[in-house]
Amino acid sequence: MTEQYFSGLRIELFLTMLILALLVGKVLAIKQNPIGTLTLISVFLISSIGISFMQNESGYLFGTMFRTNSTILFEKAILLAGTFIVFMLGFEWMKKQKHFLEFCMLLLSTLLGMCFMISSGNFLMFFLGLELATIPLAALASFDLDEKKSSEAGMKLILSSAFASAILLFGISFIYGTTGSVSFDTIASAIDGNNVQKFGFICILTGFAFKISAVPFHFWTADVYEGAPVAITSYLSVVSKGAAIFVLMPVLYHAFGRMSSTYIPALILLSTVTIITGNLFALRQKSMKRFLAFSTVTQAGYLLLGITGNNTEAGASVVYFMLIYIFSNLGAFTVVSILQNRTGRDDIGVYKGLYKTNPTLSMVLLLALFSLAGIPPAAGFFGKLFLLSSAAGAGYYVAVIIASVNMVVSLYYYLNIVKMMFVDEPEITIEKLKPAVTEQISLFICCCGILVIGFIPAIYEYIYNLSAAI
Amino acid sequence: MDATQIIKTIPIEHYVILSTILFAIGVTGVLMRRNAIIIFMSIELMLNAATLLLTAFSTYRSDTPGQVFVFFIMVVAAAEVAVGLAIIVMIYRNIKSIDINVLNKLKW
Repeated sequence: MTEQYFSGLRIELFLTMLILALLVGKVLAIKQNPIGTLTLISVFLISSIGISFMQNESGYLFGTMFRTNSTILFEKAILLAGTFIVFMLGFEWMKKQKHFLEFCMLLLSTLLGMCFMISSGNFLMFFLGLELATIPLAALASFDLDEKKSSEAGMKLILSSAFASAILLFGISFIYGTTGSVSFDTIASAIDGNNVQKFGFICILTGFAFKISAVPFHFWTADVYEGAPVAITSYLSVVSKGAAIFVLMPVLYHAFGRMSSTYIPALILLSTVTIITGNLFALRQKSMKRFLAFSTVTQAGYLLLGITGNNTEAGASVVYFMLIYIFSNLGAFTVVSILQNRTGRDDIGVYKGLYKTNPTLSMVLLLALFSLAGIPPAAGFFGKLFLLSSAAGAGYYVAVIIASVNMVVSLYYYLNIVKMMFVDEPEITIEKLKPAVTEQISLFICCCGILVIGFIPAIYEYIYNLSAAI
Repeated sequence: MDATQIIKTIPIEHYVILSTILFAIGVTGVLMRRNAIIIFMSIELMLNAATLLLTAFSTYRSDTPGQVFVFFIMVVAAAEVAVGLAIIVMIYRNIKSIDINVLNKLKW
């Protein structure tokens, strides 16, 4: 009995141990040692990824509070890998901070919250995980204490996320009132899709749409992404969004499974509007971080479209896309982070003629942008292919055609940056930048991820077999 | 007559209507007001609407999950406000105002 708890909660226990170790280190006022701390965190994160592939029995713990199965563990491994890369790419900035240990603790506790959130089998657990994942992020977004932009980002993040969770709670209370339970399983058997439940569902979906920044609830995204430190921006755009998408699937398929005639049109509408609006806004951005923010909004649209497919295919394609998306987006953010740290600027002009001075960095950014746009040699193409074929498999051809047309539109702005790097004359002179070791690790992992994942069909098959139990 | 029965003398619809009104006032406040602290107050109002609804449903169904949920909502709301107010203090130090219209450095 006890072993079951230990094995089900192993990743959460590992993270809690790590957070407590950092806390003890802080309280004992041991002299700050960034490299030692980073090593400790990396060892813990990598070993957590390792133990997430260990033999696992699926089932519930603590009544229906905590669900665990191999898909959920694989999703956790993706989030852990993303956090590891974020630590690598942001380390040059982090180690200069006076409150380095607090930064790590807050970042890891949001990760802990996300782990609890994606294995929740109950709206109570889900809500607590969600808040643990959100509240520290607001503190992290405003971590540059002297920077006005950064505190503005933190403020916008906490206001919009508190607003979103209030709407979510209002929806949960209606669902509780009509079904008499907050656990997903009981809701699934008691729900009949009457109007009160539809209203409650719409409120819950609104809360989710805020978290994954789907249009029309995306207003905070670009502001927060621009103001927050690059490490946090990349974390928000990849890990935080990934966790929200991962938990949306069980909520829809399990708890609201009987209401699929309600949620599928809503999701298709949401995804179409998100893809179109995200594209149009991305066209006119002058700052690289804002540009990537709107690119993230568009990707969220494709993910929502993928979710509408049949359960197993949709689950597999979404998890597979997130796996690729982590490497492509973090690859782009590593280059942005290196350039912003060295030049202090993040407008697109900095990237003009980058190939002449920094060929390696521009090749990595080229690869990452190709993957985000979905151009074949890069893995992003396969990710989008599976998402769209999942939606097409369920027969939503119009939405798939709109999404494909928008993929062509998005080529314009992705390739515009590639053109600037390779063809245009430099605006300012940047000397040859030498990335630090941690940044080189991050660049290397991202490049490998982008190039390799698309060419190993076994990875998709593995995910597909797992997703039978989503 | 015990407390549960007193509560049940008011029909459930009235609780639903009251909390929907509270929620609507909260949403309007968030969208219309420009002062960060008043926005936080409005969000608290929305949370209280959800809390009231959960408690009412829980009493009418004579079960506990709803009321347990309420305690967690209170704790989380307090944590949210603590972080939010800390950020507001920081902003006030930087720009001597908490009007969110002043926060227009980041615009599309």
